[in-house]
Amino acid sequence: MDTKDSKQEAKPDSRQNSKQKSRRDLFKTGAALAGSVALGAVGKAQAQHDHHGAVMPDSKNAYPMIHGSKEQIEYGVRSKFVKSVRVQHPIGGRPSPDVFGKVFHVASPLQDSVGVITPSSLHYIATTRGSFLPDIDPAKHTLTIHGLVDRPLTLTMDDLRRFPSVTRLHFIECAGNRHNGKQPNVQDTHGMTSCSEWTGVLMSTLLKECGVKGNAKWFVAEGAEEIKGASSIPLDKGMEDCIIAYGQNGEALRPQQGFPVRLMVPGWEGIYHTKFLRRIKIVDKFLMNYNEYGHLRPGDKELALGEIIGPKSVITFPSGTQQLPGPGLYEISGLAWSGGGAVKTVEVSTDGGKKWQRAEFKNPPQRMAHVRFALPWKWDGSETTIMSRCIDEIGQRQALREEIAGWWKVPVVRDYRVPGLDNSVMPWKIAKDGKVTNGLA
Amino acid sequence: MASRKLSKLAAASLALAGLLGSPAIAQSPTYGVGRTPTAEELRRMDISISHTGDELPAGNGNAKEGAQLYVQKACVGCHGVTGLGGMAPQLRSKLAPELPVWKKERILPLRSPYATVVWDYINRGMPLGLEGTLTPNEVYSLTAYLLFLNNVIPEDMVLNRENLPKVKMPIGDEFGKPHDYKRNSPRLEGYPY
Repeated sequence: MDTKDSKQEAKPDSRQNSKQKSRRDLFKTGAALAGSVALGAVGKAQAQHDHHGAVMPDSKNAYPMIHGSKEQIEYGVRSKFVKSVRVQHPIGGRPSPDVFGKVFHVASPLQDSVGVITPSSLHYIATTRGSFLPDIDPAKHTLTIHGLVDRPLTLTMDDLRRFPSVTRLHFIECAGNRHNGKQPNVQDTHGMTSCSEWTGVLMSTLLKECGVKGNAKWFVAEGAEEIKGASSIPLDKGMEDCIIAYGQNGEALRPQQGFPVRLMVPGWEGIYHTKFLRRIKIVDKFLMNYNEYGHLRPGDKELALGEIIGPKSVITFPSGTQQLPGPGLYEISGLAWSGGGAVKTVEVSTDGGKKWQRAEFKNPPQRMAHVRFALPWKWDGSETTIMSRCIDEIGQRQALREEIAGWWKVPVVRDYRVPGLDNSVMPWKIAKDGKVTNGLA
Repeated sequence: MASRKLSKLAAASLALAGLLGSPAIAQSPTYGVGRTPTAEELRRMDISISHTGDELPAGNGNAKEGAQLYVQKACVGCHGVTGLGGMAPQLRSKLAPELPVWKKERILPLRSPYATVVWDYINRGMPLGLEGTLTPNEVYSLTAYLLFLNNVIPEDMVLNRENLPKVKMPIGDEFGKPHDYKRNSPRLEGYPY
């Protein structure tokens, strides 16, 4: 019995060895014949099962091989057939990189997006005046909290990870994310918003650790880049839901997103989300930093509307420059978000705003996060305009430009500029030939 | 009965906290992670300047000194001769001086409500590649030069920590002020969108 068993064990081993040998030979042959079509001579059965092999023309499943390179193995590379990329924003605006090598505004390709997470590589980028990307060694970086606190605190990046963490989905949107009739596609109209899963420590956890004094009202968050960009934010917001974030989409922040640590101010305009965070100063009054100078507006109302992102949505499919192959069933799909909280409902109109239908959510709406909505639609091939609008959990509604102009009692001129951040409805026109264009044009 | 007992207990512990002179209980440190920065570290790191100018360092400078520094420190290379024609943002208005400030270009030393913001920005962010290397005197001088270029102050005015916050800027009080933040409330009270 024992002898027999050992024989049986030995057998497959020797078979495997001989198979490996023959594979090696095959590779040699393949290499020798590279560029010719002589591989057809190799047995069909072998070709269909040998996933390590080269192209086998007789195979029904004969895709070329992606060579297992070091970079493919270590960090991963997307398919060469996926070409979605970020572009400079706005069209004709300041280039990125510019003549100084600085990056200014870069938009995310929303037209290709699926789901709600923006890949970190495709997250939009914006900087205050255009700034150099600091190459920060996290071992040398610290975050200091000081000012009106009982105990000022300096934390290393390792220290930060010892506090209890939170992981939350949040969008960030740039104030420059405005749509007009001249932009051909949704990347240009809406690409300055992105949504990631952020991991870090609640600011309230750290503030409690420092002991905030009673007269504290605001805090100033400051970055470590060369201009040391700083913003003033109400302390109540800091205590409510701000996050000192070191993680994005399951890994460390990207340098373009503030590595090694950034501030998240959920729902507020992008510039508040201080990157390369090095210092938080607790103060008793509003401090006008350069960023606040950038927010300067003639009146209180317009200033207030330039701070927190309003309820907003946009259809990403079908959207500008896309082409519908012909009449038939389509799933209209888009993104909705609000700085007021979670999105409550999204409605879609496929007849230029006469009738509105409730869209379904593809993921549970979360506070200050993108939600993917969709509506099945049978296109009959006639010319029409499609658009979406949303309502958030505190009752703010996304409105048409006409409604907003009406509230301000001003006429709607061509390319009317919505006061504050532009969260107005975005229409897409669909021509009889299925071509999709900007409905504001 | 139970609740009365509880409130008695709470009162007792509050009194105890008071006796021990400790800060509010809810804010007592719990993790003990990190270190206390030294006063010197904080002094070097804290570059925030408020419009009251309380944090401004000693020093002074005028526009004539600033004009020389503008060339010496190579500001002119990016911002152009007397603030115009460079690749970096213009620093002097090209429009008629009598126009109201909101009708003019968005230029920091012209539109800013406080001269302290000009000082702060030069101090923290200039010159490109050598940020943070200017002395307080140099920053006062350059601030004076840019304010002079925009007809905000006379050429011979010497700026210092006392008079910089008091410089009367062209915008006056014609700018929006931040409102109190209230969680879960609309962006603007009464605005439905």
